[in-house]
Amino acid sequence: MKRILNPGTDTQPESLSRRIFLRNGAYATAGLTLAVTLPLGACSAPPPTTALAPAPEPIPAPPPPDLEANAFVRVTTDNRVIVTIKHLEMGQGAYNGLATLVAEEMDADWAQLEAHNAPADAARYNNLSWGTAQGTGGSSGLPNAYQQMREAGAVARYLLVSAAAEQWQVPRAELTVRQGRVLHAASSRSASFGELASLASRQQLPASVQLKEPGDFVFIGRSTPRLDIGKTNGSAHFTQDVNLPDMVTALVAHPPRFGATLAQVDSTAALAVPGVLAVLTIPSGVAVVARSFWQAKQGRDVLKLEWNESRAVFVDSAELLEQYHLKTTEPGRIAVKRGLLKQGFKQSSRTLQSSFEFPFLSHAAMEPMNCVVQQKPDGIEVWNGCQLQTVDQQAVARVFGVQPAQVKINTLFAGGSFGRRANPFSDYVVEAARIARAYDRKVPVKLVWTREDDLRAGYFRPLYVHHLKAGLNRQGEIVAWRHRIVGQSILKGTAFESMMVKDGIDQSSVEGAANLPYAIPNFRVELTTVDPGVPVQWWRSVGSTHTAFATEHFLDRIARAAGRDPVQYRLQLLKDHPRHTAVLKLAAEKSGWGKPLPKGVSLGIAVHESFNTCVAQVAQVRRLNDGRFKVEKVVCAVDCGLAVNPDVVAAQMEGGIGYGLSPALMSAVNLQDGKVVESNFHDYKVARMQDMPDVEVHIVPSAAPPTGVGEPGTPVIAPAIANALLAATGKPSHRLPLEAALT
Amino acid sequence: MTTQLIINQQPHEVDAAPDTPLLWVLRDHLQLTGTKYGCGMAQCGACTVHLNGTPVRACVTPLQAVAGQAITTIEGLDSAAGKAVQQAWEELNVVQCGYCQSGQIMSAAALLSSNPTPSDSDIDSAMNGNICRCATYVRIRRGIHQAAKNLASEASGKETSDKGTVV
Repeated sequence: MKRILNPGTDTQPESLSRRIFLRNGAYATAGLTLAVTLPLGACSAPPPTTALAPAPEPIPAPPPPDLEANAFVRVTTDNRVIVTIKHLEMGQGAYNGLATLVAEEMDADWAQLEAHNAPADAARYNNLSWGTAQGTGGSSGLPNAYQQMREAGAVARYLLVSAAAEQWQVPRAELTVRQGRVLHAASSRSASFGELASLASRQQLPASVQLKEPGDFVFIGRSTPRLDIGKTNGSAHFTQDVNLPDMVTALVAHPPRFGATLAQVDSTAALAVPGVLAVLTIPSGVAVVARSFWQAKQGRDVLKLEWNESRAVFVDSAELLEQYHLKTTEPGRIAVKRGLLKQGFKQSSRTLQSSFEFPFLSHAAMEPMNCVVQQKPDGIEVWNGCQLQTVDQQAVARVFGVQPAQVKINTLFAGGSFGRRANPFSDYVVEAARIARAYDRKVPVKLVWTREDDLRAGYFRPLYVHHLKAGLNRQGEIVAWRHRIVGQSILKGTAFESMMVKDGIDQSSVEGAANLPYAIPNFRVELTTVDPGVPVQWWRSVGSTHTAFATEHFLDRIARAAGRDPVQYRLQLLKDHPRHTAVLKLAAEKSGWGKPLPKGVSLGIAVHESFNTCVAQVAQVRRLNDGRFKVEKVVCAVDCGLAVNPDVVAAQMEGGIGYGLSPALMSAVNLQDGKVVESNFHDYKVARMQDMPDVEVHIVPSAAPPTGVGEPGTPVIAPAIANALLAATGKPSHRLPLEAALT
Repeated sequence: MTTQLIINQQPHEVDAAPDTPLLWVLRDHLQLTGTKYGCGMAQCGACTVHLNGTPVRACVTPLQAVAGQAITTIEGLDSAAGKAVQQAWEELNVVQCGYCQSGQIMSAAALLSSNPTPSDSDIDSAMNGNICRCATYVRIRRGIHQAAKNLASEASGKETSDKGTVV
């Protein structure tokens, strides 16, 4: 694998180069104020000592205080810089990304950095792109915190410099900072951050801080060792690994069909299993509580259950596909329109149309869903790879009838999520809370889902059907484009509905299609929202998981029908889109697009923007001797603005491609008579080592503010592969996973 | 009922049903939580440990089958191959979420112990049972090659192999 790293940037965005003013002690949201909340009482006089009666034993002096510069940065007297990370680390590199920004403005030594998870506290740790809620998603981690974390680091640096100035009685202007030390060149004095921390904690906060110019960047634009340590020696802790005194483990028997409820349970046999402590009925099923996982599972396996299915969902994926196809023959609700579609088709000398099917998908994170909940005298404590702290906090508070502030959430590493742990209904978290409440022993209760539970409990990427129709004029230009999408809304009934469902259009169902960048004069995207009652949810790259495939594979067909090269054809339609153009050209150039190919090898290209990041990929596919195909290489070009950590950007593109490879080649959840057919990795197939192509990532140099990289690599690979197969065979694809025989 | 286990060269006595999978003995009885649960049916490899040096899936290995035998978990991985794999993983920033990586590293270390210079296709065969949903496969492959290279230069750099663990 080879990567071209962004060597840095030439100019700084205007918004970042101006001086930023600080409003002491207040939470600031306006652009000109410092969006860094300060800890109560920090940076003032030392804390008052309690008046004590003469003690028989001398009381040791309190240790000198650390510098708690703000809600994000603490400098300890033993010279560690502890960065509080407000976003869930689920592999996407939140720790490194956010800590890099702090280290940059502090001029810290990378070796002294530690990253810790923030508590659930939306007043201090909200996602600035979501308003007042704390959470991680939409590839917004680094973009929303870019300025905030740099300011946090700059304030800490200011206080440390002030401390050195006081200690050495020299003007601040004579001091420099390098690799975690403040230096006074004139007198050859220097001190570590740790040595200055206590004195720094008594310094006045700055009225404003000056952020660095890009030319002075030390960390931004460079690779750093990962701060989410312990992942190579088994010591990193996930929710699955939580082990607390007196903790019990719970497994839940869920109904076999969505919407069914418990009619009757015979728990005699389960209660006879050694180690089983209780069998509890909760709204989502029957929980077996035991001393350990295996005992709980043995108990659950012998439950005798009867379900009331009067309100159960009896749906088949095959039937849904048929119904949805039928709906594409009727107009949907208009998501976006330009020009006059009818006129456009009238002007056309030929039309092309195509339908596409997309199955339900499971996130299938390696760590199945789990959560620990404990009732405590002063409130509720939760341990979870928590992705939506504010939503989960409120949901748990409702279960126990307490205030959200009484719910303490310990956010742990998540063993993947891909959107699943950001459930708008807090489904598995609420389940854990209900078990803890029903068990009512004040001990920690760990809910563990088996892989089968995780695959069958739902919250899938919805099943969709698309129909596209394009009109071409005699020159082969697209003069009309109609795109119909049929599927479930992932936002209906959630707290996000008011924000993202507009005029009956769930924006997440049409994203990537409604904002198609190509210059097409007569253009319309329609959405028909259906509700078969299957629990659905966002899945890495959300609407783009299906819209990118439908639009980019269809466009390739059109280009070929027009007798044009797919790259040239796209470039002509992207004249007003410099970022799309740049990634398309870069991917084409690096992949050797247009050059002669070895026998049996074909290339396919696709370009797509999601979460403000543009990605183009060229898939290289080889026909094997037995007639099957192998995806052997992917060249990826990405424009994500300023690449704060190019190595993490590359890792997210590699991983995003690998994650998108599964639905492209083999993954599908099928419902039959309301039951999920698949149960584990033997039938819910996912990409393995032998499926993974070599990946080459190229980053477009950019000085623009950073955009997200967690999701945008995922949706582009399936159309790139389908387009390579189209080039190889001349046969278009109509569904994912691709029907063409691939290894 | 108690069973004698030798884990990471330490003897342990475990009171659990003999059909309890080794995975849950490690995790729930001995608090060796580096070995992960991912599927429970030997499909994902997250629970890979070494049994007498050979990689096995702890989730389908009953306690009674491993009594008295040498079990190595990620916490006790100290072979030259294991150390080389861990080092390469850190140098290349292989991990993302990290949940599957104990299993990946155990499989990779076992591969290098039996085949010090694996080809890409050797890696495919040896690692195909270990799923990584973050799809860190590109770097796992590079990491194994790098560890192999480091091991080879280490071995050639030494007159005698003092540890004798490179086999």
